[in-house]
Amino acid sequence: MSNALRTIRGREHLTGWLLLLPALMLLALVFAYPILRAFWLSLFIENLGTNLEPVFTGLGNYVRMVGDGRFWQSLWITTIFTVIAVTIELVLGMAIALVLNESFRGRGLARTIAILPWALPTALIALSWQWIFNGEFGVWNDILLRLGILQEPINWLGEPGLALASTIAADIWKTTSFVAILLLAGLQSISEDLYEAHAIDGATPWQSFRQITLPMVMPQILIAVLFRFAQSFGIFDLVQVMTGGGPAGSTEVVSVYIYATVMRYLDFGYGAALVVITFLILVAVVAIAAFLLSKAQNRTEGV
Amino acid sequence: MAPSTPVVTKPSPTQEGVNWKPVLLGITVFLVAIFSLAPILWQLLTSIKTNADISRIPNVYFPREFTLEHYIQLFDRRPFLRYVLNSAFVAIVSTLLCLGLGSPAAYALARLRLKGEQLILGLVLIVTLFPYILLFLGLLEIVQILGLGNNYLALIIPYTAINLPLTILVMRSFFQQLPRDLEDAAKVDGYNTVQMLWQIVLPTTIPALVTTGILAFIFAWNEFIFALTFMTRETMKTIPVAAAQIGGATLFEIPYGPIAAATVLGTLPLVLLVLFFQRKIVQGLTAGAVKG
Repeated sequence: MSNALRTIRGREHLTGWLLLLPALMLLALVFAYPILRAFWLSLFIENLGTNLEPVFTGLGNYVRMVGDGRFWQSLWITTIFTVIAVTIELVLGMAIALVLNESFRGRGLARTIAILPWALPTALIALSWQWIFNGEFGVWNDILLRLGILQEPINWLGEPGLALASTIAADIWKTTSFVAILLLAGLQSISEDLYEAHAIDGATPWQSFRQITLPMVMPQILIAVLFRFAQSFGIFDLVQVMTGGGPAGSTEVVSVYIYATVMRYLDFGYGAALVVITFLILVAVVAIAAFLLSKAQNRTEGV
Repeated sequence: MAPSTPVVTKPSPTQEGVNWKPVLLGITVFLVAIFSLAPILWQLLTSIKTNADISRIPNVYFPREFTLEHYIQLFDRRPFLRYVLNSAFVAIVSTLLCLGLGSPAAYALARLRLKGEQLILGLVLIVTLFPYILLFLGLLEIVQILGLGNNYLALIIPYTAINLPLTILVMRSFFQQLPRDLEDAAKVDGYNTVQMLWQIVLPTTIPALVTTGILAFIFAWNEFIFALTFMTRETMKTIPVAAAQIGGATLFEIPYGPIAAATVLGTLPLVLLVLFFQRKIVQGLTAGAVKG
């Protein structure tokens, strides 16, 4: 009896691994291999100077990176982009989630409309926003001129600071809905009784938001931040299409710099080193966030 | 769970006479809708305006004439139908492959109590956070070595892979909710695991497969960097890349109308998907992100 059971369990295990194997192999090919390969490739110089032949340089590419002002600038721009975009998306996403959590007629339709931006291709959305911020015929200028806020049209994508702000605005439009969807799921799991009890105790809406809503959706907030941080830190499509990193490199985020290093300058070894560093920064931040997440989850489960 | 005491409460949110809440709510819902729709509607409007109206200052919000010339131009001067078919083919094939590879894996992780299950799940979750820029260099090498440049496989393989983590996470959470009795009964009847999966479990998970498939299709249709890098021949391009390159093709006059038309056509399939499957998309996204 127990022997027969053991063979069944054994066969089940074998089947399990057979079911898993194809997926794991594909994941290894598309995710693990390129990353590991980048670590290896980053130890070589492979560019037009070496006729695209790999020449071993040890940590030479990393030493070069320390003195590469363009890299540091791109890292700085990416950080600004990420911090501003994710912060605003979180606040706005929470506001939208709170609205969509209320009961009103047409709520289903409102939710459908609200998730639309998330579902659309980023490259095409970048084209839409490029057109909105167009310096000559753009509708954003037109609105501001009509409202009397501007006296002269502005070339939004032509001025360094404004171009960065414009790409951030487009990113906020595109991804706030993702944050709102995640937070809405969290809000829906909060029981109405909690608020009623709190209100009977004389709490104001703001107090219940601070003392009930925020702690209860903290896991969803952290997950949203985690996803949005990673996506925003690696943002490529939006910036590449909207500004191509310009003007004067003012919107050149790390991904755009890496892409140019590899595809335009054909500097494969250095590009690989840039990939490695970006990967390590990402892993470090994600590890910290995951730690905070597990702590937050423990806390909510304790309630 | 909570000991709910039947308190007689009347929902009276305001002490003053006028109830402001519905009014405020209405306004904010309206703002959310405008915020979400305006950029797309503006692009739609641009795509059917005449060139004279497009470049008129101040802007024309309510044009007197409409035209389809920008759409006609897209199909006339470029292989636009080909772009659409490329996008559709790559997205559909990779979605099916992803479901075919991902669901068995998800089942194994949900039910078969393998050693190292937690580790695999953790890795799968982390992988969803990788931006594609970290992968394109290594994939470019593979594509070059295998001679897959300008071949559909150069997109189908990575698209299948990038959707696997989500598929595994979502399908796993569906399998976990499935009652075990069904499978136990099948085992008693002498089915082996694969037969049972195919004949008993699969039919019950079709709604979950649809949910996951929609998400995978969206991600594949929207992907940009791999398509940009691996497909350089005009007839192999997908919509996002082809549309993004319309402006770069001419030096003097940027064809705003055709760009807008291309945006509308490229987003239309996704708008329809969202309209019909809003609930499923939300369900899948939250299951993939939160329960993982």
